[in-house]
Amino acid sequence: MIEKKDVEKLAELSRIDISEDEKKMFIKDFDAILGYVSEIQKVSALEPKPQAGKLRNIMREDENPHKSGEFTKAILEEAPSVKNGYVKVKKIL
Amino acid sequence: MVIDLKKLTIKSTKEHFKNGDFSAMELAEAYIKNIEQKNPEINAYLEVFDDVMEQAKVADKILKNDSEQRLLTGIPIAVKDNILIKGKTASAASKILEKHKAVYDATVISKLKDHGMVFLGRTNMDEFAMGGSTENSAFGVTKNPTDTSRVPGGSSGGSAATVAMEGALCALGSDTGGSIRQPASFCGVVGLKPTYGAVSRYGLMAMASSLDQIGTFGKTVEDTEILFNAIKGADKMDSTSVPEKHKVVCSEKEKLTIGVPRDFLESGVDNDILGSFNKSLDVLRNKGHKVLDISLPNIKYSLAAYYIIMPAEVSSNLARFDGVRYGLHMSGENIIDDYIKTRGHGFGEETRRRILLGTYVLSSGYYDAYYNKANAVRRLITSDFENIFKEVDVIATPTSPTPAFKIGEKKDDPLQMYLADIFTVPANIAGIPAISVPSDTVEIDGKNLPVGIQFMSPHFYENLLFRIGKDIEDVK
Repeated sequence: MIEKKDVEKLAELSRIDISEDEKKMFIKDFDAILGYVSEIQKVSALEPKPQAGKLRNIMREDENPHKSGEFTKAILEEAPSVKNGYVKVKKIL
Repeated sequence: MVIDLKKLTIKSTKEHFKNGDFSAMELAEAYIKNIEQKNPEINAYLEVFDDVMEQAKVADKILKNDSEQRLLTGIPIAVKDNILIKGKTASAASKILEKHKAVYDATVISKLKDHGMVFLGRTNMDEFAMGGSTENSAFGVTKNPTDTSRVPGGSSGGSAATVAMEGALCALGSDTGGSIRQPASFCGVVGLKPTYGAVSRYGLMAMASSLDQIGTFGKTVEDTEILFNAIKGADKMDSTSVPEKHKVVCSEKEKLTIGVPRDFLESGVDNDILGSFNKSLDVLRNKGHKVLDISLPNIKYSLAAYYIIMPAEVSSNLARFDGVRYGLHMSGENIIDDYIKTRGHGFGEETRRRILLGTYVLSSGYYDAYYNKANAVRRLITSDFENIFKEVDVIATPTSPTPAFKIGEKKDDPLQMYLADIFTVPANIAGIPAISVPSDTVEIDGKNLPVGIQFMSPHFYENLLFRIGKDIEDVK
């Protein structure tokens, strides 16, 4: 059973502000949804062994960099707060 | 000549261009006029671009001395609001990105620009592609063109609805658990979810990266096929896209063997839908295909595994929306407070629900029981499909257990909404391609609501889906 403090903890971890009404709603929803998805616990069969060659690393040489500053202006235009060509945030330390 | 939009397909439009019956500009104008008339009620488009006529003018120039004879030059297309077009707003129907302008083109967009396609506008969707009805859009629900009291499906509801209302000749969408096929079924158009890795996801806003795939909408199977062929291929910007050499070549068989997972269809399907599905199977038998019942022992766990894996990936993918680099910013007492306010204000209800749920299944103590177990189940389901495809060429199911439901009907019960994905989710779980083709209509409240049939095939065998889809289409 999900409790109010669980939902509050999840909201804190997710950095999302949620209202008291929403907490109540999510408690009800999560009980129903988690009850449903817990069905997978019934699967007891061993999972098949991963087959060789299915997943592979995709690597590339670190070469041909684009011109420095080529995209800077367009990208910074999307940032809510900018100073001297940097994205501006409140102090973090 | 008066352009009858209803009759146009990509190939017939190409013929009209060739014969000089109308130009790309005249065609674009006809679509814009129709959109102006229908969109205020349907709300399929969030925005119609202001440079449509300029794009069409460029297309006409290419068509004038058309040396390459490409089919898509001058063809008007609609694009889901989570696929980036450089310089245009891309909001994923979320308040948190309401004013966000894309700074680059998605790979699929640059490919289609290269063909000289005409981009009409961006279509409505469930916020960040989370939902099955477009009711989760921050900018109002899209209505089903067949019955405006009903949803168009989702999450690519705007793309499906606009093709159905002749608001574009074709459209792009994205499909994470059925978001192309289910709205295609509800709106009476064709929708293709390609093999995972067949089409580059570069420039598609990530929802659940191991499940997301860009795909195509059209009025005919052939149109979705032409569009798919134009966007497919490996891309160095998407390491999960698959190089051509890894693809298996499929031999062209005359008659196909179609598997039907009967026991999976037993519960929760409308009688009308099941009856219509059986009728479609008869049609295929009459065409000489073999239909046989099959068993996929773990397929019934697909939806449960999906609603663990998907929110887990959502919770990490959507961490990037913090009000620092782009999108909405709300100021608080300190930087953590900024995040909490921005995300609390910018994300809609379903998005918050899934982020919290994903955070739960990934948290210490629950990780093994949910996320790891779901991934193990996923591998079992994938191997079920691999085994059965040794016996059958394609698998058929209804696309959705019901026709389009009423606006508001499932809004307050998320689990009921999730259950609508039951037949579409397995293809995403296994990464295989699937198509929904209109097969019938069912009459409810005096309206003939469209119904679709879904076919799934082995990885990279999209050609089988097009073949079998065309057989259904012939009869209709």
